[in-house]
Amino acid sequence: MLSVRQQFPIFTHQPDLVWLDSASSTQKPRSVIETAQRFYEMGYSNIHRGLYPLSERATADFEATRDVVKRFINAGEREEVVFTTGTTQSINLVAAGLGKLLKAGDAVLITEMEHHANIVPWQLLVDKGIQVKSLYLADNGELLLDDLESQLTPDVKVFAFTAVSNALGTVNPVQQMIARVRAVRPDMIILVDAAQAIAHMPIDVQAWDCDFLAFSGHKLYGPTGVGVLYGKRTWLEALPPYMGGGDMIRTVTLEKTTFNDIPYKFEAGTPNIEGVLALAPAIAFVESLGWSAIMAHEQALLAQATQALQQIDGLRIIGTAAHKEAVVSFIVDGVHPSDMATLLGYEQICLRASHHCAQPVMQRYQVPATVRASFAAYNQSSDIEKLVAGVEMAVGMLR
Amino acid sequence: MDKPVNTPPKYDIQTTIEQLVERFAFFNDWKDRYQYLIDLGKKLPPFNETWQTEANQIHGCQSQVWLKIDYEDGRYYLRAKSEATIVAGMIALLLWVYNGRTKEEILTTPLDFLGKIGLMQHLSPSRANGLYNMIKHLHSHLN
Repeated sequence: MLSVRQQFPIFTHQPDLVWLDSASSTQKPRSVIETAQRFYEMGYSNIHRGLYPLSERATADFEATRDVVKRFINAGEREEVVFTTGTTQSINLVAAGLGKLLKAGDAVLITEMEHHANIVPWQLLVDKGIQVKSLYLADNGELLLDDLESQLTPDVKVFAFTAVSNALGTVNPVQQMIARVRAVRPDMIILVDAAQAIAHMPIDVQAWDCDFLAFSGHKLYGPTGVGVLYGKRTWLEALPPYMGGGDMIRTVTLEKTTFNDIPYKFEAGTPNIEGVLALAPAIAFVESLGWSAIMAHEQALLAQATQALQQIDGLRIIGTAAHKEAVVSFIVDGVHPSDMATLLGYEQICLRASHHCAQPVMQRYQVPATVRASFAAYNQSSDIEKLVAGVEMAVGMLR
Repeated sequence: MDKPVNTPPKYDIQTTIEQLVERFAFFNDWKDRYQYLIDLGKKLPPFNETWQTEANQIHGCQSQVWLKIDYEDGRYYLRAKSEATIVAGMIALLLWVYNGRTKEEILTTPLDFLGKIGLMQHLSPSRANGLYNMIKHLHSHLN
């Protein structure tokens, strides 16, 4: 079997690349690239329409990916898997739909560690009289959960939170959190943002008992522009459509339209067909490695990076939760994160320096931005050695 | 301090660009180029705190950037600040070329001299690109 890195053509074409920005987007294995290319070269057709074999084949492959996703996240039914353009659209779809079902005076509970994609869609409901409330963070980057139950006031109808913080790496105890919420508020509508979790830990939507779960293909070694919304059947049926167009209808007259069944009700227009097709090999890649191997590898990288970076004078790691994904966010005294990332870029070390689309987290820890190194299955020990050397070089140039 | 002295530049804008290009031709690798840029950024003239207003702030940058534009005797005088040293260095280059110039000089002198000094990547219209947003801000001020 090929080594993990050998499966990623970019590391052949760019042998010196140190890719530490997987929390932003992962590189793609050859199987993903070839699936999209093969479709365009040998099997291209629209889906759900043509009666000719090429379209039937594309439709079958497209729908087969729905089964792959269903199995991957252990959804109860294939119809509970909706293809979207990504996490952002998945959450917006739910927020816009719930916005029509909720009443003025209702509230949505989020957390201080959310990505803007799980803040702003809810804030868009504020002019309907819906309030957005928040759970807060402790100094180490863990959610303050001691009084979780007391935050679930009767007005709170929705609890939307991330499984993993993109800016801090904190892994939330999703299953326990949901169990505690359900114990006092079985009717709570619960959405989990799994964008940062999906490539790094097993997800079981039935064990978690969430009503909705959102993730993107491109953080899962898959293509950009494709994502998933999982929703319990009852909720997907209750939600009004998000976008109108082809595929999502049953009958249309100039006066009235009746809508298709789920999941098609939410899949208006020609979808990102090659993106969905190439999501299947991305999941197959993860499954070929196995969760225990992926998690052990990434935790070893996290430990090595944390240990080595801490030796650097004036460097402070933001986010020191007991249970973290392989993400290290840090600042260095007297060094602006954007300067650090610019200089590291010249050493082919690709990482992120920003607020990570999580400005409330930056405000919480009173930093303008952080430098964030994030790791995935293809990273290796030498990547961290290069990172540490690069950080030391940049500090030397900037101080 | 709120009323700084504005002096017109010594050389015309083309000569100034040639001098800048010549200065950078001296460096062989990116590290030297950037060390020089960092030093320029650190030596950027102080920016009065009262100038750090919403109107002077350039949005869409990775670091906070302010640009103050004053008009005097047909010329535009620029003062700017960034929290990030490399961005401050890029500001220093901007001031080197455009400070104290007329509207015509500014509008007819594109940023492509950055390509000649090996800083082309700072020209892309990216949300992370402070310089691009600064030039946009400057041009919209003139128009």
